[in-house]
Amino acid sequence: MNSVVCISHVPDTEARIKVAGKGVDETGLKFIVSPYDEYALEEAIRIKDAKGGDVTVLTFGPDRAAQALRECLARGATKAIHIKGDASTADALGIAKVLAAAIKTVPHDLVFFGKQGVGTDNGLVGPMVAELLGYPQVNVVTKLEVGEGKITVHREIEAAEEIIESSMPAVITAQKGLNEPRYASLKGIMAAKKVPIDTKSVADLGLQDADIFHQRVVMVSLELPPEKSGGRKIDGSDPVAAAKEILKYIREEAKAL
Amino acid sequence: MPGILVYCELKDGKLKKTSREALSIARKLAGSVGGDVVAVAVDAAYSTEKNAAALEAKVKEVQPAVLLFPGTSNGRDLAPRIAARLGVGVASDVDRLAWTDGKLRARRPVYSGKAFATVEITGTPAIATCRPNAFPVEEGAADPRVVNLPVPAIETKAKTIETKTPEAGEISIAEADIIVSGGRGLKEAANYSYIRDLAHAIGGAVGASRATVDAGWIDHQHQVGQTGRVVSPSLYIAAGISGAIQHLAGMSSSKHIIAINKDPEAAIFRVADLGVVGDLFQILPALTEEVKKAKGAH
Repeated sequence: MNSVVCISHVPDTEARIKVAGKGVDETGLKFIVSPYDEYALEEAIRIKDAKGGDVTVLTFGPDRAAQALRECLARGATKAIHIKGDASTADALGIAKVLAAAIKTVPHDLVFFGKQGVGTDNGLVGPMVAELLGYPQVNVVTKLEVGEGKITVHREIEAAEEIIESSMPAVITAQKGLNEPRYASLKGIMAAKKVPIDTKSVADLGLQDADIFHQRVVMVSLELPPEKSGGRKIDGSDPVAAAKEILKYIREEAKAL
Repeated sequence: MPGILVYCELKDGKLKKTSREALSIARKLAGSVGGDVVAVAVDAAYSTEKNAAALEAKVKEVQPAVLLFPGTSNGRDLAPRIAARLGVGVASDVDRLAWTDGKLRARRPVYSGKAFATVEITGTPAIATCRPNAFPVEEGAADPRVVNLPVPAIETKAKTIETKTPEAGEISIAEADIIVSGGRGLKEAANYSYIRDLAHAIGGAVGASRATVDAGWIDHQHQVGQTGRVVSPSLYIAAGISGAIQHLAGMSSSKHIIAINKDPEAAIFRVADLGVVGDLFQILPALTEEVKKAKGAH
């Protein structure tokens, strides 16, 4: 059983976002492996531990993204591919074309993604890769069982759950709750340093820059929301009086009752 | 005439609210885009592969300038699939749409609402998924004739073998108009009953902070914030939630926010329209009673 896990390197969720031009100001910004990708990676590592095979981590991004690959290798991925390029100027389909081309170069039964890259919050690339490769997809997955030649997958939908059976290869996008991701061990960190990262360019994959960058969905502007100053504050030491005041707000201002 | 195609979802034969929202914005755009608004639906159990094939055939027939989806689980599953098939781009989870210089412009919250990106979608059709609760339903405009798409008889690689429906009265935070959320101030899992009681009385969904989900007090489906759901209901009531940046990012676009917290310095008060400094264990039951009385009086 071989898996490919596609990861993205994103600003830390605790970071305050600053804007520079049409993008995020990366000065002093800490980057992390996108949180949902951690569930994807953990699931792939567990399958490898149970059934053998390789876990290849794959990313499309600038030089700093190599750090994310190292972190994944330290946790238990066995191979790493880095397609270098400024993915922030590519739209989701551009990114999907790059990843799909790279995925084709390695043996795989399952292709994992996080359900969305935290930050861009698109949730598009996984299903687009599935379409480009002609694979079935199961999105927002909270449970995965690998059987003989097929998988049984739990998918989260609005306040409910679907159980889906699929053939392989397939694309899975991971939701929080799929598993409990492990931390890297010191041994893992040391071993990861010895694994070579296979670095390629978009052109190496036989793709044209003109089909990947500044295409289809183009950034016009990036803006911060207006600061909220906070509204009225009341004393709640008399609970019944406070409740009446809240109800008045709900009915008269929010008009929700 | 090439116009706007809206992929709709039905429940018990009726349009879901999120689909009515997408239709409403489609009607607004239609004047500047030109052409008709065509509403389509697949009135059968959802399958990515079957619905994609059904919709692909309709897109090729109608050749719309714009293709809109409700930003539901299935809308967000299908939109990227069909976009990749057609070789066009998608703007996901948009909260504003405009037709400018012959192109679709969309605004979308990024970094869980810490910033807003405005993007231009250059392909044809221009595809967007509409964030639930972002576009008001225009009565009348949202009730056109819905064209049922024929489901192609193709063998699919993935099959849904079971659907577990929610418990009665449970509403998903993704689509809810009112959300009552609890945080660490609840002190223990059993005290979520304070949140549930108010949510049921007011007809809202139960939300949660990351801290309580990570502590195992409540399922992740309820988590609001950067690694949960980004929500924008009409009314958001936060009780015992201090307001970590990731949580604020996930809910501060709600139209009306009430916060109840015993710490007057809690960050949640910065985004609250009405802040109540006090004990949630006393205020929530009192509020639940008041809501029940108010509803009973109707």
